[in-house]
Amino acid sequence: MATLDSKIPAGPVAEKWTNYKAHQKLVNPANKRRLDVIVVGTGLAGASAAASLGEMGFRVFNFCIQDSPRRAHSIAAQGGINAAKNYQNDGDSVYRLFYDTVKGGDYRAREANVYRLAEVSNSIIDQCVAQGVPFAREYGGMLANRSFGGAQVSRTFYAKGQTGQQLLLGAYSALSCQVNAGTVKLYTRYEMMDLVIVDGRARGIIARNLVTGKLERFAAHAVVIATGGYGNAYFLSTNAMGCNCSAAMQCYRKGAYFANPAYVQIHPTCIPVHGDKQSKLTLMSESLRNDGRIWVPKKKEDALKLQKGEIQGSDIPEEDRDYYLERRYPAFGNLVPRDVASRAAKERCDAGMGVNNTGLAVFLDFSESINRLGIDIVLQRYGNLFDMYEEITDVNPGELAKEINGVKYYHPMMIYPAIHYTMGGIWVDYELQTTVKGLFAIGECNFSDHGANRLGASALMQGLADGYFVLPYTIQNYLADQITVPRFSTELPEFAEAEKNVQDLINRLMNIKGKKSVDSIHKELGHVMWEYVGMGRTEEGLKIGLQKLKEIRKDFENNLFIPGTTEGVNIELEKALRLNDFITMGELIAYDALNRNESCGGHFREEYQTEEGEAKRDDENFFYVACWEYQGSDDKAPVLYKEPLVYEAIKVQTRNYKS
Amino acid sequence: MDKNISFKLRYWRQNGPKDKGHFDEREMKDIPGDTSFLEMLDILNEELVSEGKEPFVFDHDCREGICGMCSLYINGTPHGKTERGATTCQLYMRKFKDGDTITVEPWRSAGFPVIKDCMVDRTAFDKIIQAGGYVTARTGQPQDANAILIPKQDADEAMDCASCIGCGACVAACKNGSAMLFVSSKVSQLALLPQGRPEAARRAKAMVAKMDELGFGNCTNTRACEAVCPKCESIANIARLNREFIAAKLND
Amino acid sequence: MWLCNSSIGRKVVMSVTGLALILFLTFHGSMNLVALFSKEGYNMICEFLGANWYAVAATLALAGLAVLHILYAFWLTLQNYRARGKDRYAVTDTPKKVEWASQNMLALGVVIVLGLALHLFNFWYNMMFAELIHQPMMGGIHAADGYGYIAQTFSNPVYVVLYVIWLLALWFHLTHGFWSAIQTLGWNGKVWFNRWHIISVVYSTVLVLMFLVVVAKFALCGAC
Repeated sequence: MATLDSKIPAGPVAEKWTNYKAHQKLVNPANKRRLDVIVVGTGLAGASAAASLGEMGFRVFNFCIQDSPRRAHSIAAQGGINAAKNYQNDGDSVYRLFYDTVKGGDYRAREANVYRLAEVSNSIIDQCVAQGVPFAREYGGMLANRSFGGAQVSRTFYAKGQTGQQLLLGAYSALSCQVNAGTVKLYTRYEMMDLVIVDGRARGIIARNLVTGKLERFAAHAVVIATGGYGNAYFLSTNAMGCNCSAAMQCYRKGAYFANPAYVQIHPTCIPVHGDKQSKLTLMSESLRNDGRIWVPKKKEDALKLQKGEIQGSDIPEEDRDYYLERRYPAFGNLVPRDVASRAAKERCDAGMGVNNTGLAVFLDFSESINRLGIDIVLQRYGNLFDMYEEITDVNPGELAKEINGVKYYHPMMIYPAIHYTMGGIWVDYELQTTVKGLFAIGECNFSDHGANRLGASALMQGLADGYFVLPYTIQNYLADQITVPRFSTELPEFAEAEKNVQDLINRLMNIKGKKSVDSIHKELGHVMWEYVGMGRTEEGLKIGLQKLKEIRKDFENNLFIPGTTEGVNIELEKALRLNDFITMGELIAYDALNRNESCGGHFREEYQTEEGEAKRDDENFFYVACWEYQGSDDKAPVLYKEPLVYEAIKVQTRNYKS
Repeated sequence: MDKNISFKLRYWRQNGPKDKGHFDEREMKDIPGDTSFLEMLDILNEELVSEGKEPFVFDHDCREGICGMCSLYINGTPHGKTERGATTCQLYMRKFKDGDTITVEPWRSAGFPVIKDCMVDRTAFDKIIQAGGYVTARTGQPQDANAILIPKQDADEAMDCASCIGCGACVAACKNGSAMLFVSSKVSQLALLPQGRPEAARRAKAMVAKMDELGFGNCTNTRACEAVCPKCESIANIARLNREFIAAKLND
Repeated sequence: MWLCNSSIGRKVVMSVTGLALILFLTFHGSMNLVALFSKEGYNMICEFLGANWYAVAATLALAGLAVLHILYAFWLTLQNYRARGKDRYAVTDTPKKVEWASQNMLALGVVIVLGLALHLFNFWYNMMFAELIHQPMMGGIHAADGYGYIAQTFSNPVYVVLYVIWLLALWFHLTHGFWSAIQTLGWNGKVWFNRWHIISVVYSTVLVLMFLVVVAKFALCGAC
């Protein structure tokens, strides 16, 4: 086994990063030119890292599967990005952001990493503004903020409902600048197929040109993967269709440990599933919870009528509405963290209070805020989200529905939780290096900063923190002793072997020639994952789930059908290769969920809950990062190693959003 | 509840940039109205694959109208016709009638060669951005974000310009194959912000030069681009680009 | 030179020449109006603009502008045709916002050039050209008797119809061309867009009407 050395620097938590930077090894400019770095992925983390490394003078190769770096799914983040600027004078500080993030993560994150994240958060805002990111401003010309779930301060910076887009375009422009300068070479429509390890270090990748279908070899002194999360293992999620965990699984199969796969975030405000032909779920920004109130009917008979379509939400008067989040969590109300909000919705729907035809939806209502603020202000804040909702569902939440006893009621939105983000990922140390030397993981694809649950507006923060301000420093500590290593030839036997393995896998899948399409098997995988490894997990369910996953793997191996050839564009082959990894990923999630006999954050085991239905953590037995090691075959169960969590600056307590 | 509809789908098949290409036709039966256009194409592909045929290839990714990947020319309009700006993925089948014929074509422009079926190569847009669509700002320790005051109005307008998703509908709709709306949106965003001013002249010149070099046409102000833009970018941006460019050239 | 080798530069040439031609039309139209009221007055202007050196120089400059405008139009159209690629859409649905004129500027331009040729043949050839080659009676009426030529030309209904078609094409061409030129020069924005649009429709209408009244008057009641 590899050693799990988290390499956390000594000293008080507030000084660790400063100390680290003061004492780390650096690479001088002349040597940087001789060092190559592969960055896979062009989302917030990948693009910002590639741009920053290029700017420093390294020679960077940057890969993405889409036709342009700007398509990465970071672009879809709506709400905002957190930073401890305290521009609103509401008592914010680096410590408070750090504390909120650790608490929001249900005390399962690595303290030192989170502190560093909070520390660099302010620089991110400065950097983005310098790049020309058009953040929302107040009339005086200063930056505006909004509040977000899990915090009692307004620290979220935003650009309309398109913050992710604007930040990604900022990183993309920095990347484009470097491409123009010749320091970064961009490979679009290329998909990483395998990691190449030479003498125990990551030295390159095999990538498939998605246009020609050819496999190509790329060598470098270090490999950085920034390939996002594994939410699409559930088939239906808010992830983009192309999001996949294949790069992460390739690293996992080559010896990188996978940490906390069970921590999957279920976002509370998505548009409910409408039918079995659906391929993707749409997220409505969490910022809606600032002014929207979540409710279900108090009376069961009202819920039944709603389910039958006999009445509409607006027909139910105020006194018959159960604002269950405000009822259960008076202090945070509708702004409780995502995991809490999602579970509360599931709890109400399980109790039969669901409000659509499937009984799997709750209302998000703007009547009160429209009556209080006026429709203009509400539309100014959420107009584009309302439009988007109407486009999809044909219902306009800003439209007056009816008046009951002088109170105006507007059409409520319907929302339901959906898979959104994955906190788990490749295990990395403080330097963001994995258990494979020279292999780094940044952004959503690593595990480090969000613990068991991520707060809203923190994903953008983490992606950019890793890419702009952490990795470009820490990677030098590794590369400093690589300066004497000459560039690698891709003719090395390790490359040939890796390429052959990929080619064999492709040939094997092409030659199954069964009857089932990739999507049909993926849908089955999704059903099993959602049913048994979803929001509420049980030991029994997980065991059944694992069994079913084995059957799905068998089905995949025997009944898969891929039309066409390996030459040129073959979208079915692309999906099949990804599905192959999703199945492995699904099993990994299930193994971890089964091992973790507690409930925390995004991982909820029904056996472990309080009488009020809140998550019950077990710090005595599970205060660790679960790291899973691949055992050479997808048929073998992975082996668990533990990285104990050490908290120095924060007292571990039970999360409380009630008072 | 939306009704199910049946219709004839004509979709473009083309095996690579040199292939001549042709339409395939299929009767689509009982498609629910709340299915998105791309989900309808997923259904088509499931059918094709189950018959052992190669699926219809088209670009798509986020399916939330923000990544800009989808690029289908539906019944004569890029992204299909909607009341307000929307991408193909935000087009729902309830917008069509039972018995319709729906024709799906790729973006057709010399700047966007077809890769396969309706998947086109839009790397030209990346190249234009690489030529100058950025503020050169070194990663590190810039001044405090609030040290630059930007009037709300300017920030909001810059944001509107920055909403461009780079899908290429403007080029697809333009009878001149001009990329001016795309280029001008980026130039406008950065020209409106104080951070972008130092490089404004250089940026306008470099991006226009690259756009011309890549074979995009000359804008003749037909406004087709603005009419089909899913993000409702305005040709006021084009006027601003013209202004920036002419001023830059006159100062040379 | 950026006026040749950049797309915006080429468009600037189109705009500047176009606006200059509009200015010329304004003068020409105002001059024509005189013919409605006074034969002597009109012929005095014709005399003044006869084969004098300044009038010839201005005519040459004007011809230069027109030729530049036309050459650039063909050049731009050829480039734009290439930029669309070799394949055409099977189905097209032009958005409502897109005006018919804006999509057919070259065709309208060709009609205008043909009309111009006719016009030059009817008037310029018999007037300025006749004076230049010192054959003032070439067209049967004295070269300085512009009024007479107007009366003669529009007494022929075929010419009247052709001139009306010509002026209609000019109207379409100008309604788009005017604001488009302003847009290309960058003097436009969200607020000014509608203003310029209205200005250009009103201006083109007034301009074309100025010509049309003269045609109408002479077509309907000759030199009365």
